[in-house]
Formats: sequence, C-alpha cells, structure tokens
Amino acid sequence: MQSPTVANYLNSPTGWKSWLFTLDHKRIGIMYLAAIMTFFAVGGVLALIIRLQLLSPHGTLVSANTYNQLFTLHGAIMIFLFIIPSIPASLGNFVLPQMLGAKDVAFPRLNLASWYVYVFGSLFALYSIVAGAVDTGWTFYTPYSTTTNTSVVSMTLGVFILGFSSIFTGLNFIVTIHKLRLPGMTWFDMPLFVWGLYATAIIQVLATPVLGITLVLLILERTMGIGIFDPAMGGDPVLYQHFFWFYSHPAVYIMILPGMAIISELVAAFTHKKIFGYKAIAFSSLAIAFISFLVWGHHMFTSGQSELAAMMFSFLTFLVAIPSGIKVFNWVATMYKGRISLETPMLYTLSFLFLFSIGGLTGIFLGALGVDVHLHSTYFIVAHFHYVMMGGTVMAFLGGLHYWWPKMFGKMYSEFWGRIATILVFIGFNVTFFTQFILGAKGMPRRYYNYLDQYQPLHAFSSYGSWILGLGFLIMFIYLIHSLFKGKKAPGNPWGALTLEWTNSSPPPTENFETTPVLTHGPYAYDTVVADRG
Amino acid sequence: MTHADNRPAHLAHHFTDVEQQKDSAKLGMWLFLLTEVLLFGGLFAAYAIYRSTHIDMFYNAHKFLDVRLGALNTFVLIFSSVTMALAIRSVQLGDRRKALVNLGITLVCAGIFLVVKYFEYSHKFHMGQLPGKFYTFNGIAGSNPHIFFSIYFMMTGLHGIHVLGGIGTIGWMMVRTAKGEFSADYYTPLELTGLYWHLVDIIWIFLFPLLYLIG
Repeated sequence: MQSPTVANYLNSPTGWKSWLFTLDHKRIGIMYLAAIMTFFAVGGVLALIIRLQLLSPHGTLVSANTYNQLFTLHGAIMIFLFIIPSIPASLGNFVLPQMLGAKDVAFPRLNLASWYVYVFGSLFALYSIVAGAVDTGWTFYTPYSTTTNTSVVSMTLGVFILGFSSIFTGLNFIVTIHKLRLPGMTWFDMPLFVWGLYATAIIQVLATPVLGITLVLLILERTMGIGIFDPAMGGDPVLYQHFFWFYSHPAVYIMILPGMAIISELVAAFTHKKIFGYKAIAFSSLAIAFISFLVWGHHMFTSGQSELAAMMFSFLTFLVAIPSGIKVFNWVATMYKGRISLETPMLYTLSFLFLFSIGGLTGIFLGALGVDVHLHSTYFIVAHFHYVMMGGTVMAFLGGLHYWWPKMFGKMYSEFWGRIATILVFIGFNVTFFTQFILGAKGMPRRYYNYLDQYQPLHAFSSYGSWILGLGFLIMFIYLIHSLFKGKKAPGNPWGALTLEWTNSSPPPTENFETTPVLTHGPYAYDTVVADRG
Repeated sequence: MTHADNRPAHLAHHFTDVEQQKDSAKLGMWLFLLTEVLLFGGLFAAYAIYRSTHIDMFYNAHKFLDVRLGALNTFVLIFSSVTMALAIRSVQLGDRRKALVNLGITLVCAGIFLVVKYFEYSHKFHMGQLPGKFYTFNGIAGSNPHIFFSIYFMMTGLHGIHVLGGIGTIGWMMVRTAKGEFSADYYTPLELTGLYWHLVDIIWIFLFPLLYLIG
C-alpha cells in the first residue's frame, strides 16, 4: 500500500495538456477505454431500441426507414468503433509494454496519433448519422450502397480513416513485441496475452489496407461512377463482396483473438495453476490468424460463387475449428484440479467458455454448404455472431476490464455488485440470443422491420432478455464509476498473479517500473512460485 | 537510468540503446511497406480479374497509352532510386554536400515523373479516355473500354499520390541533412525514406508492363 501522494502515471504530470499530448501508453490506453466505452453504450442503446421495435409483429415505434438506419448504425458502431479497437487499443495498450518489462511501446507518437485518427474517423461516422444515416447494413454491399441517397460516403470515409488507427496499433505492437522485450525474455517467456495480441496485430497490418482500397473504390464508384462494381457498366458487384470479406473475415479474428488472449491470462490467474499447453495455445493463435485469410468465401455461398470455390471455402472454414478447439480444451484442462476462485473476472471467463463454444459450434453449422442455404440471412446468423462476438469477445473484454481495473485506477470495484452484474449479463444474453437461434431455424429473416405473427412469442422473449442485459450493463457502469471515487485502494497485486505488470504498484509509476524488472520466473509458474495477494 | 550521461540526443527515453531504436524503426518501416503492398494489392486483383474477362479490350485499349513516355518515366524512377541510395552512402561516409546533391537529383527526378504524368493525363482528358461514366472516347474495340481507364487512373493515381508523398518526405530529409542532423552514426530517417522511395519505384516497375506493354 502506498500513500495517496505517491506519484503515478495518473497524477504526474498534471493538467489537461499532459493528457491530450501524452505519449504514455497507459494514458493512451485509458483515453481509448473512455472513447470505446462511450461508443459501446451508444451502440447498446441502439440495440435496445431495435429490440423494442421488434416486440410486436407490426410495431411502429420507429419508421421502417429509421429501423434500417438503426441496425446499420448499431452494426457499424459496434464493429468499427467498439469491438475492433476494444481490447488491443485499450487493455492491450495499457498492459502489453508492462508485461514485456518495457517502458513504452516502440513508437509512442504513432500510438497517440492512432488515438487521434480514431477520434477523427469516429467524427466522420457520427456526422453521417446526423447527415442522413446510412441504411445499407454495416457491410455496405453494392449496388444498394452506390444508389441509396443516405450518407454512405462520409460513413465509409470514417471507416477508411479508422483503418489507419487500427494499422498504427498493430504495427506498433508487432515491433514492440519483437524489439522491446526485457533482456532475457524469450518468446516462450511471454504471457499468452502478448501472443494473442501479436497474432491480432498481424491480421490488422495485413488485412486492413485491403479494406482501405475497397472503400476507396466504393467511394469512387459512388461519386465518379468508375463502374468496377456496376454490372450495367461491365463491373461485378460480387467482386465488392470478395474485397470486403477479404478484410472483414480476418477482422472477425481481430475481434476474437484478443478475447482469447485475455481468457488465457484469467484462467491461469484464477485457477492458480500453470496454464495447460502453453505452446499449443500460443501457436493456435498464429494458426487462426493464418487460416483467417483463407475463408472469406463462406460469406458468399449463396452469392453465385462456383461450386468448387464454395466447397473449398467450406472445408477451410471447418479448419478454423481445430485451433479454436485446441484453445478451449487447454483452458478447461487448466481448470482441472485447479484452485478456482470465482471472482468477477473468472465468472466472465466461465461465461466466455460456455458462450464461445456455442458460438463456435454454430459456426460449423453455417460453414456446411447445405445447412447454410437454409440458415443464411436468418436470425440464426445473428445469434451465431452475437455468441462469438458478444459471448466471446465482450465477455473476455469485461473479464479483462475487471482484472486490470485495480491496476489501471488503483481502486477496487465492488465484488458483490460485480458478480450480480455478471450473472445478469449472462442470463440476459442467453435469453436474448439463444432465442434467436430458434427464430432463425424456424425461418425468421434478419433485418426485417415487421414479421409474421407466428414469431411473436420468441421475438418478445428475446426483447425481454435485452432488458435484463441492459440492466446488467447499467449496474456495471454504475459500480465501476463509483469505484473510481469511493473504491477501496487497490494493492499492487490483488489477484496474486505472476505476470510482470503485477510487480509494480497500482496505479503504476509513469515509467512503469521503478527499476528495470528482473525476470525470475515464467508468467504461469504457479506450481513453483506463490505470489501473495496484496 | 544508468547511462543517463552517454545517451545521444536522438535516443528516445524508452529504448535501451541506439541499436534497439534503429532495429525497431526499420522493422516498423518494413511493416508499413507491407501495408502499402496490400493496399495496391486490391487494385492488382481488380486488374487481374477484369483483364481476364476483357482480354481483347485490354489489348486494344493499351495501345492508347504512350509506351515512350511510360518507358521514360520508368527510367527516371530507376535512376532516382540509384541517387537515393547514393545519398545514403554519402551520409554514411560523412559527406553532407554530396548527400544533398544526390537528394536534390532524386527530388528533380520525382518532379520529372509527375510532369510527364501530367502530359499523359491531360492528353487522355482531352480525348475523353476517362474512367467509368466520364468515358466519351470512341474507337476502342471490345466491351466496356471505360473499365480499362478506371483501372489505369486508379492505379497510376494512387501511385502518383505516393510520389507526391515521396517528394514531401525527401524535401524534409534535405532540410534535416542541411541542418546537419545526420551523421555516419545516425541516419535512420534517411534510410527509411530510401526504403519508401524504392517501394514507390518497384510499384511503378509492375505498373508499367501491366498497363503499357500488354501483348
């Protein structure tokens, strides 16, 4: 424990300028966290309105046009403004250099630039809400996106700009991991969180430029009629889909890999046991990153792709299940005979394991060609990606947020309310989205404004779930904010974890470590080292 | 901080030594170049697809590009890559004046490239050989000749923007060289600029045969 006057990264230097021009990766991480949580709240409120509209089959809460704009904005905000930057840019920025024993990321100025580019891109996206919200869906498929009179250009320009911030973060992390590890720390001494972020960064660097050029082509198609995607001019709209998913399928792994990376930390820390299959988990991250580039065609099984291509993409899609399965089995094996303590981060870890497994397995259904013809563009898809993205990534993100919260702010959150909120989120999530698997299997198409009466009970049940979910998040926001002002002071290592970031004080000093740390044990040496909580 | 006294001014606080800083910068630059390759990759993919579906039209349309001007520009850019490399060599040998001369020649070459490109573009504007719906030229056999010019302007335009970026960066490097910021011990920014400039050249070396020399 330290007295409140001790200098740390939060209170030294002082003044708003020291924040806006900071080059400290920890402060940039906090600034990202604030922005990301704001957009998460906005996207969440949009989702609640969508569910409210769908409460009854002939609902007229919003107009049909507004409804189209609502689900587009919900998707675009959640994907591009929240989930893609979420874990790497906020928690990753804060923790990664500390885990490596470094003073900062390799390029601190690029890191700050990434935040400003993110804010700048977000402004474009927000502007397009004011200036006639986009109604194309977050995928901006041609030909509709080139003919609708909504503000597609400013929205896609925003996403184009956001891509740079993602590339900056990824590039920075790769170099940091290669060059700034503590002397003596080998690749296999690194925490698995770092491995996960490394795999993520590779995808960010390799895939994002392709999205960039795709959106430039879309903007030129719309403004100058270059004809590349316009069948009337000899172009091909399916080419747009290929380009888009060449980025956006790997982007799905930009979203899930950091989540998996967090789970590897949490599962070891809260079972107080050496992680099972360290190398298998590490290499499976790279395997997922590699395979992610070869499966984009499974978004186009029904878009007129050749049968041969569809079969190959289907087969390659099944391959993703192997490294994902390796991870899940290793986490479960880590828990076996462990000393499991059920604090909030561990509850989120268990939620992740349960929900991600369902999300992953239903992905296999969708990867099977015959089944996909029946299920594509139904609520089954909606449920599937919410199980992976929200049940997977968001659960892991919240687990990580609670795990590192004491380190970030030096305050403990209320464990009691934390557990209550986690349970509400878990129940609310399943009520909302498991129902949608059934809806989809019964043939309810996604993105419909009104629907047949027969789907009403399930839709209503799903909407009730969204209220439980919303309540869970509301409680979480309240106790987290409350903890900043009234929370108990956090010790340096509240969980008894063994990675390097827990060896310094909470919150850490401006330079991360008082003296250069010395690596005395591996990140998961729970079998030989006992770290006291505190 | 143990070596507080013998840290050179250009060494940032979070690096242990000059070597680490230099290696990091180089790796970062190579990753950036990789993103550039993928950015152009989308256009190369579009080129490959439309050329395979419009074999005759691409052949007929390419005749309206001036091979002599394209070849001249190819030569100019390759020559500028040589002078860029010589500039770095001069700094390594501590010859600031020679480095400035070589950077200056590189800059002039980049300028010549853009001037030639300007004449090519204005000729096409004049003839109505423009992308997509602005295409008004009559006289290319085959379907959808505007697609060829959409791709031509997209590829050369994006490349031209990169040449402009190169001019700005090389100019900035000249200022820093003139101020004496670089020496045989420290010239990383100059070296990174060189890497970028070589990439811009290499992309052109692919664009030239793909657009001007269709057989």
